[in-house]
Amino acid sequence: MTQHNTQQAQRKAAMAVLAHAEAGEIAARLRNLSLPDHQDLRAPENGLVMLRGRVGGDGAPFNLGEATVSRAAVRLASGEVGFGYTLGRDGEKARLIALCDALAQSRDFGEEVEREIIAPLRAQLMVTRKQAAEATAATKVDFYTMVRGEG
Amino acid sequence: MYVAVKGGERAIENAHRLLAHKRRGDQDVAEISLDQITEQLGLAVDRVMSEGSLYDRELAALAIKQARGDLIEAIFLVRAFRATLPRFGASEPVDTGAMRVQRRVSATFKDIPGGQILGPTFDYTHRLLDPSLAEGFVPEAPAMAEASTAPTPRVTDILGRDGLIESSPEAEDGASVGDLTREPLNFPADRDLRLQNLARGDEGFLLAMGYSTQRGYGRNHPFVGEIRFGEVEVEFVAEDVGFAVPLGAIALTECQMVNQFKGSATEAPCFTRGYGLAFGQSERKTMSMALVDRALRARELGEEALAPAQDEEFVMSHSDNVQATGFVEHLKLPHYVDFQSELGLLRKLRQEFADANAPDAMKEAAE
Repeated sequence: MTQHNTQQAQRKAAMAVLAHAEAGEIAARLRNLSLPDHQDLRAPENGLVMLRGRVGGDGAPFNLGEATVSRAAVRLASGEVGFGYTLGRDGEKARLIALCDALAQSRDFGEEVEREIIAPLRAQLMVTRKQAAEATAATKVDFYTMVRGEG
Repeated sequence: MYVAVKGGERAIENAHRLLAHKRRGDQDVAEISLDQITEQLGLAVDRVMSEGSLYDRELAALAIKQARGDLIEAIFLVRAFRATLPRFGASEPVDTGAMRVQRRVSATFKDIPGGQILGPTFDYTHRLLDPSLAEGFVPEAPAMAEASTAPTPRVTDILGRDGLIESSPEAEDGASVGDLTREPLNFPADRDLRLQNLARGDEGFLLAMGYSTQRGYGRNHPFVGEIRFGEVEVEFVAEDVGFAVPLGAIALTECQMVNQFKGSATEAPCFTRGYGLAFGQSERKTMSMALVDRALRARELGEEALAPAQDEEFVMSHSDNVQATGFVEHLKLPHYVDFQSELGLLRKLRQEFADANAPDAMKEAAE
């Protein structure tokens, strides 16, 4: 895998975690970093994305209905540009995701963002998902066969 | 003659003021919050998102509150809101096979990989009103069990491996995905447009149409291959970013209906399918959708299309409750001038009728 692809996969993995976090949680963790100068490249903007499904789950795509999405872009003084996209209408969250994405691409902050922000949020997300999966698992049916009569 | 009618402004303003007062109800009773609606009336929120065709729990809750619980009015509000935002584009098609299932049942196979998972369901409840819920009810914590990491493949994919069920239609190369919010509806409509129409269609209408197929009006012998509910991840290819960006997760319900088989001299017989997909936990909706989707495939499958549920123009033209309520409810708006002209015509016809049926004696006397 090229370095570009590796970085892209890391950015995507970070976004997948950040999209599930609350703006307040991301902001609180960002406060642990001494942030470099940065500015909004694109101010937060709300819009719609048409969500698609597939016929039969695995066939040709069709339009299911839209979702609200907020997006933003942030540029660090050192030039890295980060993008934030998230379901919902929380522009501040989109901006914080964009900032994290920009930091993740920076030589100086990349590892720190992963360690201080992404990793703990990922761990928290995994705990939430595990609890939901365990509550779901308890409703799984255990079939058994009633044995009637003798041998 | 055109008669300008004015003078309703004050009445309208005061009516809306009174509505706001009624909406709030007795002010000694606590105001309902949007969180309370999303958390405690979640299935109403799901329905408003599905039929409002906009996934946003908070907006759907606001619409329900504003509409005083009238869900069709709430759906109308959500549809109107979506017209105010720009569209960034379309998501990658979601993968329901990778869903984090919270419920997953099959009525056709007992032993499916991943198992039958009941999840939060009204099924098997006794439908007895529970007085303990009236106030201060604290539920028990959910039971927990070790979660399996085994995948939960779609049941239709398992059947498909043996060729027992028809495969899903593949996308044609370069074919665009039809969007009825962008182009006017023309008939015959392809399956992508039909599914989009059904996904935002009125649950009650689809339920009645689906039910009619079970009662013999377009019978297609359905089994629930699988119903699954849970969260799927959504990705969007953002051109500025240059790759598919994760947006977060949405809750979806999917229903795979397995229907009567078909075969021909050239094709081995196999089961046919109907498909349902909707936002949130919407089981009745997706089951009805799958029944109607299958019924609407009558022509494609060489069946005689005689029943209403098999008539795509009939179904697709009447499934949308915002269009339907608009046309039905407009009847209560002032039609004074239209009605005056009808009244004038009726009076004239009645006079002619009276003249024609006047006693002969009077006619003779008149002559």
